[in-house]
Amino acid sequence: MRVLRAGDRALLVELEGGGATEAFHAELLRRRAAGALPAVREIVPAARTVLLDGVDDPGRLAAELAGWEPAPLHARVGEAVEVPVRYDGPDLPEVAALWGVSVEAAVRIHTAAEFRVAFCGFAPGFGYLTGLGERYEVPRRATPRTAVPAGSVALAGPYTGVYPRSSPGGWQLIGTTDVVLWDAGRDPAALLAPGTRVRFTAGGGR
Amino acid sequence: MSDRAVAVVRAGALTTVQDLGRTGYAHLGVPRSGALDPAAGRLVNRLVGNAEGAAVLETTVSGCALRPRCAVTVAVGGAPCPVRVDGRPAAWGTTVRVGAGSLLEVGAAVRGLRSYVAFGGGIAVAPVLGSRSADLLSGLGPAPLAEGTVLPLGADTGVRVPVDAPPWPGPAAELVLRVRLGPRDDWFTAGALRTFATRAYRVSAASNRIGLRLEGPALERARPGELPSEGMVLGAVQVPPDGHPVVFLADHPTTGGYPVVAVVREADLGAAAQAVPGTPVRFVPVR
Repeated sequence: MRVLRAGDRALLVELEGGGATEAFHAELLRRRAAGALPAVREIVPAARTVLLDGVDDPGRLAAELAGWEPAPLHARVGEAVEVPVRYDGPDLPEVAALWGVSVEAAVRIHTAAEFRVAFCGFAPGFGYLTGLGERYEVPRRATPRTAVPAGSVALAGPYTGVYPRSSPGGWQLIGTTDVVLWDAGRDPAALLAPGTRVRFTAGGGR
Repeated sequence: MSDRAVAVVRAGALTTVQDLGRTGYAHLGVPRSGALDPAAGRLVNRLVGNAEGAAVLETTVSGCALRPRCAVTVAVGGAPCPVRVDGRPAAWGTTVRVGAGSLLEVGAAVRGLRSYVAFGGGIAVAPVLGSRSADLLSGLGPAPLAEGTVLPLGADTGVRVPVDAPPWPGPAAELVLRVRLGPRDDWFTAGALRTFATRAYRVSAASNRIGLRLEGPALERARPGELPSEGMVLGAVQVPPDGHPVVFLADHPTTGGYPVVAVVREADLGAAAQAVPGTPVRFVPVR
């Protein structure tokens, strides 16, 4: 673990890998819930880092963090959010080919996996979900699409994501869901927050 | 007319509703947003007797014109500009009483870029995630003003406290931004860090509420490749592959994949938001 300063009021904590980052983030949330963390305005996990922003005494918190030993992630903590998907994405055949399996087998692989929201970004409510094995990593499309429809379920690198609204995007589209990912008027606004467990199920109906 | 609202007669280049921003949701990808020159936003609110976090209007370069449907107390601050009520000159930087149906004109900025307009009672659009700010990156909050937009106003407490505020002199001829190096200064060559701390940059016309874009000497990286996306703070000086730094302002993305060479002190960002294109910029590393 490496603790870097990001300005006068923030720390950027860099971890060994994605798993260590998720475990460290879970530890932060546990300590915050227990009232054992100094006031922090934002806790922003990302691929290999967790940003702690709006900290009164970053130097002191940095020293404290160095002594932490985050508990390993418990895969089964919390209820999994179920996302029904119609596996009808235009890039599904290409993804199946990259994986060296049939389209049906690709759907089975994606629905069998247990996902976790590692972090959010890009747009409000857009989660980067980990859970597919390393051998299922896929590249982004060489040419991004100018408009990816809302509800598109997509893959890029080690991540699965669901577009909360129509936007440009370079991820490989494998399906569509009718689930509302983001509604600023709803509490909580985001269906998928960092740490949320997720399962995708086939046959999203309509 | 007792309708507590104000109608937009001329929206100007870009006029948005802003308060002190939307904090606590960065982990969901929600930018902070809020007034780019928060000291100016706070001051105009205090002038009209509002809480400092009440929603105000933020104009860009060309001001705006408004017609309140009720008598209101108004204060215009931030970038100095001519203020007129029904065509007659009115004061900038203090309270002005505008009658129901009168025309309030906020003129083009004489110095700086962004003027702030507070109304007694504040702008009472529905808050989104605890804030009334228009976030132009993710589209949260009220849309930028358009001709014919009607904005509801809150109840005016009628309490005016004396405010002892020296008139703002306007932006300095040179923008000096104090920075703390890092978190990714080790991604740059020693020469690039020297360049960053000593050479002059210029504010680019491509700057907006997301970032202050700078023209000047490119910063050379000490290592190839890309950084996995990481959390970004307000004031982060991000360096894209072209080597030209961008200072992140209120509507910045919450995560980013380009290395951050340094972070500008929050206290200096209001001046950054008022710097017109072409303004010389210097970065001064401090501890």
